[in-house]
Amino acid sequence: MTNAIIIAILAAIKIGIVIGVLLLVIAYLIWVERKVMAHMQVRLGPMRVGWHGLLQPIADGLKLITKEDIIPANASKILFVLSPVIAMIPALLSIAVIPFGDTITIMGVSIDMVITDVNIGILFILAVSSVGVYGILLGGWSSNNKYSLLGGLRSSAQMISYELSMGLSLIGVIMMTESLSLVDTVNAQAGLWFVVLQPIAFVVYAISAIAETNRCPFDLPEAETELVSGFHTEYSSMKFALFFMAEYANIITVSAVGVTFFLGGWRGPFLPPVVWFLIKMALCIFFFVWLRSTFPRFRIDQLMQFAWKVLLPVAIVNVLITGLVMSIL
Amino acid sequence: MLESLLFIIMSLITIACAIGVVFQKNPIYSAVFLIQTMVSLAVLYVLLHAQFVAAVQVMVYAGAIMVIFVFVIMLLNLNKNDMEDGKTKMPMQKPAAIILGLVLVVMIGVVMTRTIYQGAQGEYTPEVMDQIGNTQLVGKMLFTKYVLPFEIASILLFAAIVGAIILAKKQIIKEEK
Repeated sequence: MTNAIIIAILAAIKIGIVIGVLLLVIAYLIWVERKVMAHMQVRLGPMRVGWHGLLQPIADGLKLITKEDIIPANASKILFVLSPVIAMIPALLSIAVIPFGDTITIMGVSIDMVITDVNIGILFILAVSSVGVYGILLGGWSSNNKYSLLGGLRSSAQMISYELSMGLSLIGVIMMTESLSLVDTVNAQAGLWFVVLQPIAFVVYAISAIAETNRCPFDLPEAETELVSGFHTEYSSMKFALFFMAEYANIITVSAVGVTFFLGGWRGPFLPPVVWFLIKMALCIFFFVWLRSTFPRFRIDQLMQFAWKVLLPVAIVNVLITGLVMSIL
Repeated sequence: MLESLLFIIMSLITIACAIGVVFQKNPIYSAVFLIQTMVSLAVLYVLLHAQFVAAVQVMVYAGAIMVIFVFVIMLLNLNKNDMEDGKTKMPMQKPAAIILGLVLVVMIGVVMTRTIYQGAQGEYTPEVMDQIGNTQLVGKMLFTKYVLPFEIASILLFAAIVGAIILAKKQIIKEEK
């Protein structure tokens, strides 16, 4: 009985820390993105609030909370309010199975640096993130606005198409580790990272991850030149902020999965595991920002053709090759 | 104790949502209730020690099939008149639905009383499954014992996809002429 209580308390502490850190990181990711993009475009970015604009996220947050919350007259009220929540919850949930570090022992109690190690880890992430699309889809529909609806439809088409190649790109790694648990995946990379053994899968994963998070150059759902701002045109105040935070939480999730599956997870010399994990994730996130300030947006037909005619066949061939090589060796 | 409490709560939610699917006037709301039904069923699978089936249930039904459903309903853009017209157009629908529903309930009832309520346990108890691993067991069964039904089901789905494409293509060719 006492054992169960200790496990419950530990889980609660871990969830508290992870969610707290995650929300803080999301707030500062927006600052990082603005700063990095500004410097890439020879600007300064936010400078006024705090040293080099470091307090900007807090100012932004206060502004968003105090804004007027508008619900359009002909909107479907329940779904309109529910959609930002549906977008946010899956984004936070999928962090639960990602291992941040090795097992450590404090006062005789060994603690795994993962909230919960379920034996279907990656399936859990894929399942939960596939539900996240409803936030965008229903948000776009319930606003009763044609721009929102178009944005919602575009994003659902995009996310369904790229989800397939994303799942297939991970199958190569799953075949090699023979486990769906993320802890096992990290342990299997003690010698060699899977990015070396599965380079094609890594490229396919990276491209589909960017498309899954609706980021530039795949940010068609909110293409401001065509759709005002897509599915969240009618959203204001904290509801808008929730959509915004969900996008960044998704970036963190796909980066974390990418690090775990291809870049050795928390493994690395000299520094503590958690630090290595954070460094690798920061590099992935920097890559996202870098892309946004470099590439122009795709057209919708190019996007769909690329998903079905290039990315999906490449991912399937990769699975076949992995199977062939594994059966020969 | 905790498990049976969770089971009761989740099955009540599932039934409530399933009723919602049928009684909602707006097809989008029906679809949302159906999504919730799928997710609640996944929780019931977890309670039955079938984690793999639960994850696949959410991924395939809630995450893929229902997205297409919602997508199509949104593209159809039904207004109130369309939905009310449907009632008069198909007068035979209601009695037929009632009869078929009753047949289904009887069938499920017969199967349940013949198998599950006999109290007989299969060879794969939760303990055995934990030992071998849930996913591994599902994979093994699909590729050995159930390989024929599995392949037949996939060919059936494939035929349906080809049929849908041909039907859609015909209309496009006609329009071009």
